[in-house]
Amino acid sequence: MSLFANFSITPRQFGDAISDVLPALRRALTAAIVPILGVVMFVVVWTIAAGSIQTSLGQFPNPASVAQQTVNLYQEHQAEREKAEAFYQRQIERNAARLAKDPNYPAKIRPYTGKATFIDQIQTSLITVLAGFGLAAAIAIPFGIMIGLNKALYTATNPIIQLFKPVSPLAWLPLVTMVVSALYTSDDPLFAKSFVNSLITVTLCCIWPMIINTSVGVASINKDWQNVSRVLRLPPLVHIKKIVLPAAIPSIFTGLRLSLGIAWMVLIAAEMLAQNPGLGKFVWDEFQNGSSQSLSRIMTAVLVIGLIGYLLDRVMLQLQRLLSWNKASAQR
Amino acid sequence: MSVHLDISHIDMVFPTPQGEFTALKDVNLKIKKGEFISLIGHSGCGKSTVLNIVAGLTQATKGGVLLNNKEVTEPGPERAVVFQNHSLLPWLTAYQNIELAVTQVFGRKKSPAEMRDWISHNLELVHMTHAMHKRPDEISGGMKQRIGIARALAMEPEVLLMDEPFGALDALTRAHMQDSLMEIQDTLNNTVIMITHDVDEAVLLSDRIVMMTNGPEATVGEILSVDLPRPRDRIALAKDPLYNQYRSAVLTFLYEKQRKVETIKGSASSTKPRVAAA
Repeated sequence: MSLFANFSITPRQFGDAISDVLPALRRALTAAIVPILGVVMFVVVWTIAAGSIQTSLGQFPNPASVAQQTVNLYQEHQAEREKAEAFYQRQIERNAARLAKDPNYPAKIRPYTGKATFIDQIQTSLITVLAGFGLAAAIAIPFGIMIGLNKALYTATNPIIQLFKPVSPLAWLPLVTMVVSALYTSDDPLFAKSFVNSLITVTLCCIWPMIINTSVGVASINKDWQNVSRVLRLPPLVHIKKIVLPAAIPSIFTGLRLSLGIAWMVLIAAEMLAQNPGLGKFVWDEFQNGSSQSLSRIMTAVLVIGLIGYLLDRVMLQLQRLLSWNKASAQR
Repeated sequence: MSVHLDISHIDMVFPTPQGEFTALKDVNLKIKKGEFISLIGHSGCGKSTVLNIVAGLTQATKGGVLLNNKEVTEPGPERAVVFQNHSLLPWLTAYQNIELAVTQVFGRKKSPAEMRDWISHNLELVHMTHAMHKRPDEISGGMKQRIGIARALAMEPEVLLMDEPFGALDALTRAHMQDSLMEIQDTLNNTVIMITHDVDEAVLLSDRIVMMTNGPEATVGEILSVDLPRPRDRIALAKDPLYNQYRSAVLTFLYEKQRKVETIKGSASSTKPRVAAA
């Protein structure tokens, strides 16, 4: 009873609390069990399968080696950061010492040119994909609205859209590279050419679902709402602003969500060939490297790529739930 | 009183892959100001087509509609429509849905404060003030239809056109809505054309019941004048012999004279309709 003396609750209240929490806990566990079982099964199958595949670069990576490499990659990242810190520190001290001797000394500030770590590469990939996706959205949404509103424009552009929609990023990349080399000529470019190449390739591949979904959303407005607009005699611009655009938002978001998934997939492929310092390049380099750890590191990258893709989709879904009025279209 | 709305010699022919389909033939109806007209008939007889033509949402192949002796061919807020599926914009609240109509019709004539008051007044009329900031997906079917009616009324229309406004509602809600409608009609005395399938509803609410023959080539069959005193109480009327007489007249028309027989393609419908003096 000393326990209850300290907390000043009765044994009955304690018992009630337990019996309220337990069912909820049980529900949560039951809900989590099946997915957990699924993952455990997958890990087991993976380990067994990996054990029986021997490649020229060693055993196929199993969950243990992937876990090991994840730790390694993070540690390498931290080591690199420490080296960069030390470098800048030395630079500051050197400059301070020189300035103390000679106040007119122009301090030399050089950037640290170390290797890009795995975390840096993740960052680069994310920036590139969001830039490419953003550029595609900026073009696709206004264009999609225009062709959705005008049947003639739609019929004129539809063949071109259908023709370019299935083209793989790997087919676009050589053309994009040549064009960018020719046009993006400056001595001190703000963006690396590899970044621009990857960005444009991502845009070229993920723009089509956005255009199609936007135009369909704009063109197929519920007949009843059109009738409301007709009875009210809404002028064309007011009709577009107050009826067409809000009605099309769920479709536009569906297009955005589809396109983001495509953009992420395209990015990894584009980075491999364009040598943009992101996850794609990481995979390519590891493959070229051919060390005993390479396959495990590539497998780690595969899992990270999948996880980031999943997270991007979830973020988009949340945005859709916030901004789109049609709750049904943002269920899962 | 002079004729407020004149539906004159309306023909409606639709082109179909199998040839021309005449939905309506020579539909004539003269409506006085403040009259409540019910349009009743079997499914597919063309009632909605007549309403759409009066609303201006469809163009008649022949004939026309005159409002105050001026022909009307386009939709407009002076012939406000209450749709069967409320047609509220789902991204706007109830208040904003009505506001859309009011700003469009009265944007230049009323001040913002006057418009706000007018919208609140119309919400009050349909007893929906408590839900004015709710979205359509947050309110029930009956409430959505009330907002639809409020939106139509807020346009201060010459004619109120209602296409089976209570068709999607359950019987209890329908009864409440009919009472609300009678209350509004009592206050505003609008000219109303309402399409309905419900015989009791037609006799309870209308001044005249227009019974249409079966399609194709549907036209006005009989017109029944309902001379029951207002305000009308459904419980009292249930025992009223005159009410039951009217009811059986409509039922006889629908189920005996205009029985929907499965006709062989091309042959005429069962009996020739009698056209009463309108």
